[in-house]
Amino acid sequence: MNPQLTQDGRLRHLLTLDGLPRAILTQILDTAESFMDVGEREVKKVPLLRGKSIFNLFFEPSTRTRTTFEIAAKRLSADVVNLNIATSSQSKGEAILDTVDNLAAMHADMFVVRHSQSGAAHFIARHVAPHISVVNAGDGRHAHPTQGLLDMFTIRRYKGAFHNLTVAIVGDVLHSRVARSQIHALTTLGVPEVRVIGPKTLLPAGVEQMGVKVYHDMAAGLAGCDVVIMLRLQNERMRGARLPSAQEYFKFFGLTPEKLALAKPDAIVMHPGPMNRGVEIDSEVADGPQSVILPQVTYGIAVRMAVMAMLAGGATA
Amino acid sequence: MHASLPEVDPLIARLAEAIAPTLTPDTVVVGVHTGGVWVAERLHALLGCKLPLGTLDISFYRDDFSRIGLHPQVKPSNLPFDLEGRAILLVDDVLHTGRTVRAAMNELFDYGRPASIRLAVLVDRGGHELPIRPDFAGLVLDVPGHQNINLSRLDDGHLTLTLA
Repeated sequence: MNPQLTQDGRLRHLLTLDGLPRAILTQILDTAESFMDVGEREVKKVPLLRGKSIFNLFFEPSTRTRTTFEIAAKRLSADVVNLNIATSSQSKGEAILDTVDNLAAMHADMFVVRHSQSGAAHFIARHVAPHISVVNAGDGRHAHPTQGLLDMFTIRRYKGAFHNLTVAIVGDVLHSRVARSQIHALTTLGVPEVRVIGPKTLLPAGVEQMGVKVYHDMAAGLAGCDVVIMLRLQNERMRGARLPSAQEYFKFFGLTPEKLALAKPDAIVMHPGPMNRGVEIDSEVADGPQSVILPQVTYGIAVRMAVMAMLAGGATA
Repeated sequence: MHASLPEVDPLIARLAEAIAPTLTPDTVVVGVHTGGVWVAERLHALLGCKLPLGTLDISFYRDDFSRIGLHPQVKPSNLPFDLEGRAILLVDDVLHTGRTVRAAMNELFDYGRPASIRLAVLVDRGGHELPIRPDFAGLVLDVPGHQNINLSRLDDGHLTLTLA
């Protein structure tokens, strides 16, 4: 039994894209499409979640994800409370479930959880009362399902469909919850060829078992791609033994106009942000005509609205 | 009461005849998904409206959302004109409780402040729960609460009414 679904197959929590059926993913993308114009209207709100209280529980810092979740909730007319670790009782040593229980006692309807530990959102989801939904906004190296969904939404908007695409994910797949969510979503939605490109030290052992092709060379990996997804190279990885230097990494795996020219001429370039310019991506590409990095941010609002709307409705029935 | 229901096209033609004398050049026609859009498309053509047809999906404004959740197939609303100060002809297939019309009006006001809204429906079946009445109705029936009246569209575009 998938803990994310109700007995009649509706979305109950959003914790990971692993194991979610294609019909649910497609329904989220279609619903997001309907939310796209809300941000352009005179009144940038729909009354769907009026009277609902959503708590953004961020145990790990984030600007973009937290902000887009907050805007999405507000455009659905929900009341939003943001809690950051630095200012909460967690720093006083309160256990995570005590925090959750206290917020539930304040009549929370939904928790949006970001945590550095893999499994944190699952842990909270197992604990909460039946009327409360949990959205995973990133847990450790495990999953970042709304990022994966907004990436699928972006691909569908620019490419129209999934069944005829070659998609490459480039960089630090090993530490990337974003990459894991993307791979699950791409394969579920029927993308015939998903590639991962990176140095051996940054690709997880056995990644082929997720249904992807592995490349250690950009020229071979990018050839014929419709979509190129760059991953953020986290600075702390470079301080470890996994990489010689940022310059060295850029030379082999940084996306420059020359390397991008190896993909299809109409290939789009994506990045979940925040970017390290000159490390994994050249500014000329990041700001160039094939980049859809800023549209990804805009689409993230509509996708998060769709997820929250699908979770909140009928939850008490 | 399984009396045969009338053909849809003559009903729409009659609706258009009733509406035509009241139409101003700046009137916009807005259909409510899904059946209301089918009727609105026909009216839009019959009335020779110059402005594009608008469509509304009221899923985000339904008053039963917290009970039954989001409709699994939400379609985008599309209002390709400025609503501010406009006369709107709102079109739906069947008027029953009036809750759909209420939701549609709430949504319209989030796009701007129209000068007026008038309601045209193919069938007013009775059972109103709100003080909402049509300005134009193709057919007025008194259908018992346990029965449903539905507009469906065949592959060739033909519209039919059924009672079940």
